[in-house]
Amino acid sequence: MFASYLPVKAGFSARIEGWLHRAVLVASFLLIGGIVAFAQSPASLLNVSYDVSRELYKDINTVFIAKWKAKTGQGIAVNQSHGGSSRQALSVIGGLEADVVTMNQTADIDILVERGGLVAKDWRKAFPFEAAPYTSTTVFIVRKGNPKALKDWGDLVREGLQVIVPNPKTSGNGRYTYLAAWAYGLKTKGSEAGAKDFVKALFANVPVLDGGGRGATTTFAQREIGDVLITFENEATALAKEFGEGKFEVVYPSLSVDATAPVAIVETVTAKRHSREAAKAYLDFLYSAEAQEIIAKHSFRPADPAILAKYRDRFPAVQSFKVEDTLGGWEKVQREHFADGTIYDQIMTRR
Amino acid sequence: MAGAYANRKVLPGFKLTLGFTVAYLSLIVLVPLTAVFLKTSVLTADQFWAQITAPRAMASYRLTFGASLLAAAINAVFGLMLAWALVRYSFPGRKIVDALIDLPFALPTAVAGISLTAIYAKNGWLGQFLEPLGIKIAFTPVGVLVALIFIGLPFVVRTVQPILEDLDTEYEEAAASLGASRWETLRRVVIPALFPALLTGFALAFARAVGEYGSVIFIAGNMPLISEITPLIIITKLEQYDYAGATAIASVMLVVSFVLLLVINLLQAWVARSGGKES
Repeated sequence: MFASYLPVKAGFSARIEGWLHRAVLVASFLLIGGIVAFAQSPASLLNVSYDVSRELYKDINTVFIAKWKAKTGQGIAVNQSHGGSSRQALSVIGGLEADVVTMNQTADIDILVERGGLVAKDWRKAFPFEAAPYTSTTVFIVRKGNPKALKDWGDLVREGLQVIVPNPKTSGNGRYTYLAAWAYGLKTKGSEAGAKDFVKALFANVPVLDGGGRGATTTFAQREIGDVLITFENEATALAKEFGEGKFEVVYPSLSVDATAPVAIVETVTAKRHSREAAKAYLDFLYSAEAQEIIAKHSFRPADPAILAKYRDRFPAVQSFKVEDTLGGWEKVQREHFADGTIYDQIMTRR
Repeated sequence: MAGAYANRKVLPGFKLTLGFTVAYLSLIVLVPLTAVFLKTSVLTADQFWAQITAPRAMASYRLTFGASLLAAAINAVFGLMLAWALVRYSFPGRKIVDALIDLPFALPTAVAGISLTAIYAKNGWLGQFLEPLGIKIAFTPVGVLVALIFIGLPFVVRTVQPILEDLDTEYEEAAASLGASRWETLRRVVIPALFPALLTGFALAFARAVGEYGSVIFIAGNMPLISEITPLIIITKLEQYDYAGATAIASVMLVVSFVLLLVINLLQAWVARSGGKES
């Protein structure tokens, strides 16, 4: 039945076949051409970053794009994605094609090594200063004139005081605050039990746990809740810009934590997109004097000692510690303090 | 011929539509939900139990389900009143009020949360008057309730409204002419006719409230054991890269929600049946 009308259609189907062949040929040329062109110059980079670095990277990207164009003669676009640091890391694990990641705690890059080897194991060695082009530090922000006379961590456990901190369970900012308080407790009480009592007393004074650093700032400044806000130094500048100079004062405690902002190349994505060279150039650029100046302008502490020294009046020297050195690294801290049922949960659920 | 027709339904395409329904439901609803349970299965029974019965999780279920039920109940009462006013009376600006009802549907939940917090915080429009009276709304479980009432309102109004529009005022007039008091008319004529729709609205408002995250998170204060909602517990676990723990809590939410919705559905069927008997 089928064969009976086949000869009649033979000419027609041969012609279609001919078209098909040509079409496939043209398509594959286009495809190969496209891939080659793509391999030579990635038209874009995706920088997956944390919540409050948005404005900083916007400034950095503009300068980098101009530099890259001057150096290679090719245009490049740098796209940005921002959100809570850990959530961003989850997105990258889930398949968000980040060429570079710029986070606010090393744990969020370590997880990319652990899950699927997206980042090289020795990423800390790939760039200067442990791959952190800048840091910030935890400070107290109090209302004008410091009415409650808050000078140091020890003052914050006073009865009846209200302390605003973002939720350490959902915010890197909150985790840094908790750890700074813990380290202060360790130093002054001399034991883990003493440190635990201290952070417990401190968090008993916390009336609201906002999801992130910006939320806590809003609660403190706009809702006028709390006597003191504990947050990153750069938020203090953002506050002054938003609500006017002089409404708030910054207090530097006797001990603070070094909140490093680590960066890394995502190896799997850059290999697939042939963008490793541009990604490396981008992260290298963060260490250039020009970028370090931009970083200082946004109130992050530049890693370059010379540029940091230049702005000493804005970044007073603080005695600070690194989570890696004093507390045994993020992995240990996560396991002992923040995992479900561990110290943070204990102090919060037995109040 | 006659025999062949006897087997056929009046409407063609039963098998096709049923097949499509099953396939579509599986793809859109069942497969993602199965994934939730599969992700949980890496936990042992003991671990699973420990996760879902942790004090913080238990406190969050009480808040989430309790506040959701309460909010849905409040919405059922006041939503019914709103629908009544909109359908039965005509007043200037009725169209505008009618359109306002839908706003909680359309507004991004984060915007709702931030505005409610701004209003009810101690320096907000309403908060500044409530605070001296000792009433705290923002950053307490009451704030959670307020947010859930806000987002659930349209569900009740929009399910009751069309039924009420179809319900002729003649029934009420007939009841009145047969000697029923106003209260009797309401209780024996109007409410029975509206009850199934009201239950549907209640169920929808409840389901929406249980899953709500965006608006609640801003007003809740998020204190462990006091004002943490279950969706926050799930997010917290995800932030710790604890997929299994997050899905364990999620599966509890799924099962409890499913059971509650099933009960509401059964109640509705029962009401429809017993209502049929009466008339």
